Amino acid sequence: MTSRSEMPTVILRPSKGWLGLDLKELWRYRELIYFLTWRDIKVRYKQAVLGIAWALLQPLLTMLISTIVFGVLLEVPSQGMPYPLFVLAALMPWSLFATSLQKSSISLVGNANLITKIYFPRLIIPISSVIAVLVDFAISLVVLLAMMIFYEIYPTWNVLWLLPLVILSVLAALAVGIWLSALNVQYRDVQHMVPFLIQIWMYASPIVYPIETIPAGIWRTLYGLNPMVGVVQGFRWALLGGAAPDMTMLVSAGVVLLLFISGLFYFRRMEKTFADIV
Amino acid sequence: MTNTAIKVEGISKRYRIGLAQERPDTLRDLLLASFQRAGRLLKPKLRSKRKAATTIWALKDISFELKQGRVLGIVGRNGAGKSTLLKILSRVTDPTEGYGEIYGRVGSLLEVGTGFHPELTGRENIYLNGAILGMQRSEIKSKFDEIVAFSEVEKFIDTPVKRYSSGMYLRLAFAVAAHLEPEILVVDEVLAVGDAEFQRKCLGKMGDVAGQGRTVLFVSHNMSAILRLTQETIVLDKGRILMRGATAEAVDFYLNMGLSKQGERFWEKDEVPADAAPFQPIALRILDNRGRVVDTVRSADGFDIEVEYNLAEAITGLRVGLYLTTTRGENVLTSFDTDAPALFAKHSVRQQGHYVSQCHVPPNLLNEGRFVIGINAGSYRIRRYFQDEQALVFTVDATGAPGMHWPEARPGVIRPQFQWKIDKM
Repeated sequence: MTSRSEMPTVILRPSKGWLGLDLKELWRYRELIYFLTWRDIKVRYKQAVLGIAWALLQPLLTMLISTIVFGVLLEVPSQGMPYPLFVLAALMPWSLFATSLQKSSISLVGNANLITKIYFPRLIIPISSVIAVLVDFAISLVVLLAMMIFYEIYPTWNVLWLLPLVILSVLAALAVGIWLSALNVQYRDVQHMVPFLIQIWMYASPIVYPIETIPAGIWRTLYGLNPMVGVVQGFRWALLGGAAPDMTMLVSAGVVLLLFISGLFYFRRMEKTFADIV
Repeated sequence: MTNTAIKVEGISKRYRIGLAQERPDTLRDLLLASFQRAGRLLKPKLRSKRKAATTIWALKDISFELKQGRVLGIVGRNGAGKSTLLKILSRVTDPTEGYGEIYGRVGSLLEVGTGFHPELTGRENIYLNGAILGMQRSEIKSKFDEIVAFSEVEKFIDTPVKRYSSGMYLRLAFAVAAHLEPEILVVDEVLAVGDAEFQRKCLGKMGDVAGQGRTVLFVSHNMSAILRLTQETIVLDKGRILMRGATAEAVDFYLNMGLSKQGERFWEKDEVPADAAPFQPIALRILDNRGRVVDTVRSADGFDIEVEYNLAEAITGLRVGLYLTTTRGENVLTSFDTDAPALFAKHSVRQQGHYVSQCHVPPNLLNEGRFVIGINAGSYRIRRYFQDEQALVFTVDATGAPGMHWPEARPGVIRPQFQWKIDKM
C-alpha cells in the first residue's frame, strides 16, 4: 500500500465561478485520449465492407461531384489550375475542419453514458473526437498525393506550411466545437443548428470558387476574417502555387485563439454540471 | 495506526426538478424565460416560492469519516440518495454544499460495462473499458490474461460484444472492473444481475479486494451481500444519514424503518417510480388466521399475505408475486398469484381496476425468526412494472411449533411438521 504522503488527495467542494484549466490533469489522462480516439476510429468503419477505404473514397467522390457541378457545368474559374486539384486542395482542409466541428459539437451528448458514470477531465471527449478526424485526414492525403502525381505537379518547400495550416484548422474547429459541445449539453438546439452553420461556413470559404470571386477591398478583408479562407488559400498556395494568403490571416488566427481560450474556460466552468443536466 | 481514507462534512446536493421551468432547455424557452423574468422582477415573492418548488435536496448534510481498509455498506430505498453520494465521492458531480477529502485513487463501478462499445470485440473492450476506469495500458496488458480467465469468455474474446449473451457481457464487464486496483473502490449495485454462480464469484472477488486492505464503499439492495462484505453500514433516507452502525444492526433498522403500522406497508405516490405505471401498489399486509393485521405470526398457525394495487389500464400476462427472504439475506421462496394453471388461464388479461391478490401461507412452514417480504409485479419476459425487495418485515414466533417442548433454537429457515414413524424392529 502506498504511504499516505504519496497518495493523491482529492478535495470535494462546490465549484463556483471560473476555474483554472488544469492541463496537468489532462496530461495525466492522456491514455484515455488515446483510447477514445482509437475507439472512434475503430468503430467508424466496422461492419462496412469497404472499411477504411471510405477515408479515401469520401474526398475522391466529393471532388468528383464538385468538379462535375462547378468545374464542368458551371465553369467556375480555378486560378489556372486543373479544377479537380483546385477543389481537392481546398476540400481536404475543409472536410477536416467541418467534420471536426460536427463531431466535437455533439461529442459530449454522444458520450453521456460516460459522463454520468465516471470522472475524467471532460475536455478529453471533444479533443479525442477531433484527433480521430485527423487520422482520417492523414489517410486522405494519399488521394491528394496520387492526384498530384497524375497531374505532374510537384510541391515545393512551401509544402511545410501545411503543418501550421492543419493546426490552425483543427484549432478553429475545436474552438467552435468546445463552445458548441458545452452548449449542446443544455440546449439541444445546437445539434440541429450545426449542419446549417457548416453549410453557411462552406459557402463563405473559397472552396468551389476562387477567392477572386469576392470583390477586393473592404469585402475581401471582412471575408478574410474567416479563418478557413486563409487556410484554404494557404493549402492551394503551398501545394499548387498561386497567390499566398495575406496578413488578414494573422487576424483570423488571433480570433481563433481568442475563441479557443475563452471556450476552454467556459467549458471548464460548465464541466461540473454536465453530469447533472446532460 | 489507521489513516482516514474518506472524510466528508456537511455534503449536500440539490437537483432541479421541473428543469424546463427554472432553467430553459431550448433557446425558445430561454427567450420566453427572459420575458417572464422581467415580469417576475415586479413580484419578487412569487419567484422565491417557485424556486423552492422546483428544486430537491437529493442529499442533505452528509458527514462521515471512513478509515483506510474498511468496507462500508450503504443502504436505502430508491431515491434515498445513495447513487448521488457515490457520484459525488467519485467526482462525477459536485456537491452543492459541503466539503470532503479523499486520500487515494478512487475507482468507481457505478455500472459495470460503462463505456463498452457493442461493435468492438471483447479484447478491444477490455482495453477501452480499463482505460475508462482509470487503468494504465501497461497495467491492463499485464492483467489481460487474468481478466479473460475470470470472465470465462476466452473463446469469444475476438468477437464483437454485441454478439455476446447478456451473461457473457456482464461477466466480461465485471472482470475488467474487478481487476482495478485503486486505493478506494466505489461499487454500486453490480450484483443486481447475472446468474447465481457468477454472483458468488463476484462476491468472492469483492471479499478479496476488501481483504487486501483496500477501502470499499458498497451500495446494494442485496442484504446478504451487504451482510457478507461489510462490517459497518450507513442507512440513508431522503438524503440524510439515519444511522450508522454495525451492519447487522443497520440492516435490521433499515428493514424496519418507515413502516407506519406494523404488519402493513403503504406506498405513497412519490415512492413509486413513474415507470411502474399502469401498476400502482397500494399496500402489503399480513393477516393472522382471524383476519387481523399483525406483525408477528405463529409458526404453528397459517396466515395470509395480501397485496393491494390499482391497475390504471389493463395488463396482459400480469403476475403479482412475493419474495420471502430472511433478514440475513437468505432466499426462502418466490411465489406468484398466477402460479396455479387455472388462475393463470383465467387472468391472462387483468382489466383496469382495484385488486387484492391474497395468498394463504400454511401452518408449520417457517421457523422462528425475522422475515422480509418483497413484492414484484411484471409480465414474464415482457416487462417488470414494480419491484420492492424489502417491502415488509415480520416476525415468526415458534410457540406451538413442532419440537417446542425442547426450548432450544433450531437452525434452518423452515420448520415443517414431518410425519415421523417410529418402528421397533
